[in-house]
Amino acid sequence: MGMEGIGARVTRKEDKRFITGAGRYVDDMVVPGMKHAVFVRSPHAHAQIKKIDVKQAQAMPGVVAVLTGKELKADGIGNLICGWMIHSKDGSPMKMGAWSPLAFDRVRYVGDAVAIVIADTKGEARDAAEAVEVTYKELKAVVDAVKALEKGAPQLHPEADGNLIFDWEIGDAKATDAAIKAAHHVTRMKIVNNRLVPNAMEPRAALGHYDKGEDHYTCWTTSQNPHVARLVMSAFYNVAPENKLRVIAPDVGGGFGSKIFIYPEEVVCLWASKKAGVPVKWVADRTESFLTDAHGRDHHSTVEMAFDKNNRITGLKVDTVANLGAYMSLFSSSVPTYLYATLLSGQYNIPAIHANVRTVYTNTAPVDAYRGAGRPEATYLLERTIETAARELGVSPAELRRSNFITQFPHQTPVIMCYDAGDYGASLDAAMKAADYAGFAKRRDKAKKAGKLRGIGMSCYIEACGIAPSAAVGSLGAGVGLWESAEVRVNAVGTIEVLTGSHSHGQGHETTFAQLVAGRFGVPIDSVSIVHGDTDKVQMGMGTYGSRSGAVGMSAIVKALDKVEAKAKKIAAHLLEADEGDIVIENGALKVAGTDKNVPWFQMALAAYTAHNLPSGMEAGLKETSFYDPTNFTFPAGCYICEIEVDPETGLSEIIQFVAADDFGNIINPMIVEGQVHGGIAQGVGQALLEGAFYDASGQLLTASYMDYTMPRAGDLPSFKVSTSNTPCPGNPLGIKGCGEAGAIGSPPAVINALTDALGIADFTMPASPSRVWAAAQKH
Amino acid sequence: MSDISLTVNGRQVRATVEDRTLLVHFLREHQGLTGTHVGCDTSQCGACVVHVDGKAVKSCSMLAAQASGSTVVTIEGIAAGADLHPVQAAFKEHHGLQCGFCTPGMIMTATDMIARHPEGLDEATVRAELEGNICRCTGYHNIVKAILAASQAMSKASKPKAKKAA
Repeated sequence: MGMEGIGARVTRKEDKRFITGAGRYVDDMVVPGMKHAVFVRSPHAHAQIKKIDVKQAQAMPGVVAVLTGKELKADGIGNLICGWMIHSKDGSPMKMGAWSPLAFDRVRYVGDAVAIVIADTKGEARDAAEAVEVTYKELKAVVDAVKALEKGAPQLHPEADGNLIFDWEIGDAKATDAAIKAAHHVTRMKIVNNRLVPNAMEPRAALGHYDKGEDHYTCWTTSQNPHVARLVMSAFYNVAPENKLRVIAPDVGGGFGSKIFIYPEEVVCLWASKKAGVPVKWVADRTESFLTDAHGRDHHSTVEMAFDKNNRITGLKVDTVANLGAYMSLFSSSVPTYLYATLLSGQYNIPAIHANVRTVYTNTAPVDAYRGAGRPEATYLLERTIETAARELGVSPAELRRSNFITQFPHQTPVIMCYDAGDYGASLDAAMKAADYAGFAKRRDKAKKAGKLRGIGMSCYIEACGIAPSAAVGSLGAGVGLWESAEVRVNAVGTIEVLTGSHSHGQGHETTFAQLVAGRFGVPIDSVSIVHGDTDKVQMGMGTYGSRSGAVGMSAIVKALDKVEAKAKKIAAHLLEADEGDIVIENGALKVAGTDKNVPWFQMALAAYTAHNLPSGMEAGLKETSFYDPTNFTFPAGCYICEIEVDPETGLSEIIQFVAADDFGNIINPMIVEGQVHGGIAQGVGQALLEGAFYDASGQLLTASYMDYTMPRAGDLPSFKVSTSNTPCPGNPLGIKGCGEAGAIGSPPAVINALTDALGIADFTMPASPSRVWAAAQKH
Repeated sequence: MSDISLTVNGRQVRATVEDRTLLVHFLREHQGLTGTHVGCDTSQCGACVVHVDGKAVKSCSMLAAQASGSTVVTIEGIAAGADLHPVQAAFKEHHGLQCGFCTPGMIMTATDMIARHPEGLDEATVRAELEGNICRCTGYHNIVKAILAASQAMSKASKPKAKKAA
């Protein structure tokens, strides 16, 4: 079974349904009597609601109900919350403004939901939504986080004076200031990390179904973590007790973080299903997704990096203002704090670090985790700064990095993280070799003769994945534990079901998790099924984000498999009249080591269920559960190199080559890992060259469709050169670090380092769109 | 309301639909063919590509009534029974999909692209012709690989036939 076990390039079990059109997404679900919902949304970024008149809409053809925030509040539905408590440096708790799932007194961003219209068809619901008359009194809006902190700025929430949510710090300010004062050289930069829209290809959707007979709710939703959705909707939003609420996340068409959070729509659809007495389905159209999916990034930072006379980094000081939008989304507070500032040591030995982070309300969509979540912001800041430092110091960017690499492990950084293993020099060497870095000067000269500007740039990233030890995140403010669960059910005929709290929305868990089991017991991969995404089937789980499904989710499976194996060996030993310590599992059979005595796997399973001949006192059946809590974060790291060519006549940038050398620890399926890296790089290149969410000063989103927001298309990208090296993670049983976010974390600074190299300029604010590159090239 | 009559995946279909019904909604909601997806409102993403009279068409940009009298093939209709279409097989073999949402449109675009280029395809052509299909998961790397491989496999498979015909 080595061909199907760990390390094998097994094609995906789940592909069959996707390539034949048999995938089942939320919008594909049909429940008898189901009606269609459209939300009435604020066209203003900031306004008081004076009156909502639904009479005309209620009389429209096909309309079942039109419901507003007042009715929702009267039924006791709770406000949406942020589940990670951050305290400001003065000890005060973060200032969370009220977020009603349907706004009833005030709207705070364009797209804020004010009413739900339910009708026989989506067309009729849309028509009726147009007829809901909302009278607004417009208020002044602010969209820029830095401006929102200024005196006299429009105020969003009475709870948050000056729009400041928290003013937080990490590290040693005194030691860092002293390092900067004593420095031989200080590189100073202002860094903007542009706001992005995640843009999973499947728009968000929810289908709420209240069963009157059972007094029970079912919610089909586009979620990366259905159990957390159930927990939060039950415990905080008062939708229903957990035992009366089933949440199903079926096939989900991409998430990238944006489907972690519990949004107003699923809460309202569930509530409205009971209120209106019909199952209610809502599917976002794309502009709705642009307006209301949680956005990513949007940081404004200043940075100072201090060096001694040997070009060793002696200190790093960072000040960041992070835009959290109009309301605090579920994990928004953790992104610019513990997922960002704790990674500011990068791959480097930096004795003193201090970061100050202020988070701010603005009249824009809520901002939360998007692929990488905080780690791309840290990496961009650090890798742009060290590149700039190399240019200022007149030294090779590769050698400046190398001379500052951490080489001894474990390594305790000044910002909480303790790196367990890595070999940063190996990734740097591999990337430089793959990119023929040494031959770049010749290629640049050749391009110059053709009238093109060519540049090369690198980025050495590190991230913290596998989030995370529950006690650790609890002490840092998390409202949940970050373990994962697994249940392994061996059926009476020997086939195996694995129930996991992880959720697959493109990652291929149905294959990789099955590889783990098939390899362990030597059974065919087709005899292993992975069950996920349904709170009625899987008892509890924390879901998929932060590249945690391998490091945490699979570790839970390993723990459950350990228990299954122990019991299976006891049964086999009993059947074979051997000592259980002598039993080994090979090629689908349990054998007495060194003999030809064996019992096939399926016979052992059957014996467990017939229970005719089990060891004395043993319970029948073969099913084991585990809750695995990681002991540390994992630390994937790597080096990315981008070679870019700018046409100064048109401003077009062409990526000539993109090289990724990653260290993900042990790998279950290289094909799937490479796919994760490809997709991550595309999103990172998108951030650097193409993508940006832009609001005008009045708070209108200017980039609210694919006509306006530039998604990376096939013609914008090259084929990528990816490779992996492997220092196993010592913190989990499989030695896995995680690979889901690396591409999006490591690539933006590599692209901008290459672009600024090509243009011969100090900095360029993302996205480097052709018109802006053209303008910069004219000054070349 | 419009009375329409068309062939969908080889089956003759008659229906009365609202005039404003788009072909994609007719396929998904009236025919239960949910493999064709809606990923945007502006005919940009290509998740809804089907074949109408042998040509790749974004089914969100056409009224159901306009398709009356046509032959429509969707992702559910391209495999020959239990045997996958070579493009479907290539997407699986080369990991040309992750979340699967854009995949039906990608496959329908790719089969059309391969048919329009009997001379064969190169990477630049494939990338240029994928302009109308957006994928957020794969970075296109393996989609391009899958289409090139399918193009080669299909051209090999069709060569003996061509000889016979000649």
